[in-house]
Amino acid sequence: MPDTPVKVIVDLSKPKGQRESIVPLTAEEIAERDAMAIEAQAEQEAREAEEAAKVAAKESAIAKLTSLGLTEEEALALVG
Amino acid sequence: MQLIETIEVGSGGAASIEFTSIPQDGVDLVLVFSCRTDNATVHLSTYVTFNSDTSANYDWLFLRGSGTSADSVSVSGDTKGWVGYIPGSSSTANTFGNTAVYISNYTSSAAKSFSSDNANETNAASVRMAIDASKWSGTDAISSIQLFGSSDNFVQYSTASLYKITAD
Repeated sequence: MPDTPVKVIVDLSKPKGQRESIVPLTAEEIAERDAMAIEAQAEQEAREAEEAAKVAAKESAIAKLTSLGLTEEEALALVG
Repeated sequence: MQLIETIEVGSGGAASIEFTSIPQDGVDLVLVFSCRTDNATVHLSTYVTFNSDTSANYDWLFLRGSGTSADSVSVSGDTKGWVGYIPGSSSTANTFGNTAVYISNYTSSAAKSFSSDNANETNAASVRMAIDASKWSGTDAISSIQLFGSSDNFVQYSTASLYKITAD
């Protein structure tokens, strides 16, 4: 990958074959992109953690129900 | 549905793909992309902005499934609209995520609704599929669309195609 990230711009006002240009990102765009990456990473981690917590809670509930004598199929029917 | 243009990312990769000067003679637009990122993740979010608008004018809601669970995520007042997941460098090599984004009434002077369906089949245990409902509050006709991942670059052979649906 190049050192400076680039963007592909497709100018549809131009004839086919002349529309595509590769443009290096400006310093401002790179800074904006870096900030967005940090924010997106945090959001993604939060979502992944939430998803993992839901799965863990479900598994825990099934384990507790089966320890009470339910079959796993019965426990799954209750937990959903 | 008429293909306006299709683009394939070259060997250097690209941070974003932007279609500008979109013809205004259609009714709806469809953006279809098959992309992969060099970000060290399995599933990376992708987004669009319209008319270079990065104000808090995007609301979106998606429903996703991972093969073991399903949930939904809702965001209001975002600076970008979520459209789908793509595989990253931590996923199976050479797998790409497919997404189709439908943008209704793109020349209207009202807020624009758009929706997407996404499959991030990584040919491994960790997969994602999602459907998304979004709104852009902008009232200008859509003349440009930028597609980008939340970080890093689309890799070579990623493609994006823009179609228009006309009344004819």
